[in-house]
Amino acid sequence: MPLVLTEEQSMLRDSARGLISDKAPVSHLRHLRDSKDATGFSRDLWKAFAEMGFSGLLVPESFGGSGLGCVEAGVVMEEIGRTLMPSPFLSTAVLAASALARGGSEAQKSAHLPKIADGSLLAALAIDEGAKHRPLQISLQAVRSGNGFKLNGAKALVVDGHTADLLIVAARTGGSAGERHGLTLFLVDPKAKGLATERTIMVDAHNAARIEFSNVEVNADQVLGEVDQGGALLEGVLNIGRGAVASEMVGLSEEVFGRTVTYLKERKQFGKLIGEFQALQHRAAQLYIDIEITRAAVLKALQTLDGDFDRAGAAVAVAKARAGTTATLAVQEGVQMHGGMGMTDQFDIGFFMKRARVCQELFGDSNYHADQLARTKGY
Amino acid sequence: MSDLETFRRETRAWLEANCPPEMRRPMTSENDTYWGGRNAKFSSEPQRVWFERMRDRGWTVPDWPKEYGGGGLSPAEHKVLREEMAAMGARSPLSSFGIWMLGPALLKYGTEAQKKEHLPKIAAGLIRWCQGYSEPNAGSDLASLQTRAESDGDDYIINGQKIWTSYANYADWIFCLVRTDPAAKKHDGISFILFDMASKGVSTKPILLISGYSPFCETFFDNVRVPKSQVVGQVNRGWDVAKYLLQHERAMISGMGERGVGRPLGQVAADSVGTDERGRLEDTMLRSQISTFEVDEAALAAAAERAIDLAKAGQSHPAFSSAMKYYGTELNKRRHEILMSAGGIDALEWESERSRGGARPRAWLRTKANSIEGGTSEVMLGIVAKRILDLPGA
Ligand SMILES: Cc1cc2nc3c(=O)[nH]c(=O)nc-3n(C[C@H](O)[C@H](O)[C@H](O)COP(=O)(O)OP(=O)(O)OC[C@H]3O[C@@H](n4cnc5c(N)ncnc54)[C@H](O)[C@@H]3O)c2cc1C
Repeated sequence: MPLVLTEEQSMLRDSARGLISDKAPVSHLRHLRDSKDATGFSRDLWKAFAEMGFSGLLVPESFGGSGLGCVEAGVVMEEIGRTLMPSPFLSTAVLAASALARGGSEAQKSAHLPKIADGSLLAALAIDEGAKHRPLQISLQAVRSGNGFKLNGAKALVVDGHTADLLIVAARTGGSAGERHGLTLFLVDPKAKGLATERTIMVDAHNAARIEFSNVEVNADQVLGEVDQGGALLEGVLNIGRGAVASEMVGLSEEVFGRTVTYLKERKQFGKLIGEFQALQHRAAQLYIDIEITRAAVLKALQTLDGDFDRAGAAVAVAKARAGTTATLAVQEGVQMHGGMGMTDQFDIGFFMKRARVCQELFGDSNYHADQLARTKGY
Repeated sequence: MSDLETFRRETRAWLEANCPPEMRRPMTSENDTYWGGRNAKFSSEPQRVWFERMRDRGWTVPDWPKEYGGGGLSPAEHKVLREEMAAMGARSPLSSFGIWMLGPALLKYGTEAQKKEHLPKIAAGLIRWCQGYSEPNAGSDLASLQTRAESDGDDYIINGQKIWTSYANYADWIFCLVRTDPAAKKHDGISFILFDMASKGVSTKPILLISGYSPFCETFFDNVRVPKSQVVGQVNRGWDVAKYLLQHERAMISGMGERGVGRPLGQVAADSVGTDERGRLEDTMLRSQISTFEVDEAALAAAAERAIDLAKAGQSHPAFSSAMKYYGTELNKRRHEILMSAGGIDALEWESERSRGGARPRAWLRTKANSIEGGTSEVMLGIVAKRILDLPGA
């Protein structure tokens, strides 16, 4: 598989870019933030997304979606990264859709996937509990009770948690923190008794929630996949999410970089354009190279997810680790080279800096993934 | 089964049957490879066998046309061959400036007679080439070179000095930049010319490097007579040829890390620093250096693959080889710093049987040249800034 987009994928990119840059430039996010919008994204826009087939991108055709792959999801995420458009694309169309498609029973799939595809159902994946992403450390308890389970515990940073119609919750049915065995995924109704959701206002003005579970009852048929065996399913879904977030970071990095290079060609100091200073030229060139190399690594990971899913872990670790460091560098250099302007809220670049920080933490930061790679290689 | 799959199967079978086991191990140094030429010697029997078998198939230059001694493979077949060779760790049968640099330039700019004359000899490893670009006062600013070529009937008479000419003392022929019009602007009076190092008036003097190797020379030209027919491309337009060749040189240097790859860094480090009960390196800082290095290395490999795919799709920027050259060489230096630090005291031995003649520290020192030769890192960044990012000139 050549590491370039096919013609269809380029067309998808163009149509996503058209819609997103037109309807959701950075000012869209700014407006939602400033108006303290209760939903945190535009439902109308999500409808438009669904009409263009984006919400059902990863939903199999038999359930009303377009049955495309991770490369295509990445293409859309990259465009989202360019304008930082807030939307349930990651939570619903990427994470929930793949969790259901990979782990769901026929009944679960027919109940939810068509609604994801037509944009009428929003879903969120609840995993992390501590400050850093450590999926094996999950300790939210699911204890058998009657015909089902009782959930107790709490989740932090549930992306789009407060707007979700359906939660996919990772819980421990066995084993202890640190073990892979004993993890189970549940489909939970956010309105269930004992479930409390608090929207957390995050640095990047995107949606996230803290969710507490006290004796939340779920039926046995709400188990996604098999009891105690959710670790592999979760890891697979996370890998798709990591690839998607890495793509968002590529889009974000490239956008900040593009704006910075433009500025280098406009801003004058000491009687010349600042882009004439070699000290800045070389840093710009290094950043360009960094982004190009990261772009290749991310595309490689997405292609591997589509081609050899079970062996994509290392490629995904490489992609997410690289994307995190590259985006961090891109936003830092972006602010620095814009001088005082870059520090003002009125200027857009700060939004990229904040979003990059969140993407870095989401599903494992660069250190986490470098560590994963070392473990895969046995040292 | 598609043609390409058939080709892959046959290629794998042929390589299995023909690549001697000794040629499937990583090289230990750049001397550990066959360079060809009039005075060439094989360092071992397997090296000879492997070279001759590959040569007979045209696979020293798999993608060159058959009429010039190549294998005539399509880009897709060439990729398959590279993948299959990499999968079994097969070495390249012939190292050659002729293959990496001059060949592509001749294919693009040479006359039919020049191609027929030189390409098959490069493919068969008969002539070893060296590169006469740099001069004492023309390094990064290559176009300020001063070596003169004066017209004398059907010949040029060449006078001047080159420096840092790698392997000039072993080379049979040189591809050389000379000034044919001293009055023109500096880029416009340069020609690209080929001549025999055995010509009267050519002499070389080796220079010892910090690695203890002396792979390069000062090269002197004292009234060297060269037929005008040996100019490649147009007279005074040699800069175009030179730049094109440099793109290939840079692409080659950026991939240098891959060719010398030995045992995985994690294992090398585990041997010397030990592991904890969970199998992780005791030295946690080193472990983190290695893992972030390996992240970047895997990403670079993807970028190298993508660069080829982009070129095939006609979407690549001609200056992109400078980006890859910059990243590949800085990364390769990092690899060798880590190897030295993983090796500790064991990596410091300079001369002994055990250390294979100090292979590790010498290789480490050699990599320091990667970000200098073929254009320095600073010059690569300058090219990216100006030609790709279009930043204003200083
Ligand atoms: C191992 C090795 C093998 C080589 N083999 C060959 C060969 O076979 N044939 C051949 O012709 N040449 C060869 N070279 C020469 C090589 O191409 C030159 O060394 C290189 O181009 C740098 O030139 P210089 O050494 O004159 O350094 P200089 O040009 O003097 O550079 C000195 C320093 O100044 C910096 N600098 C210069 N200009 C700028 C600028 N505009 N902006 C920012 N920084 C700048 C450089 O980056 C460098 O750090 C070889 C070199 C090495 C080390």
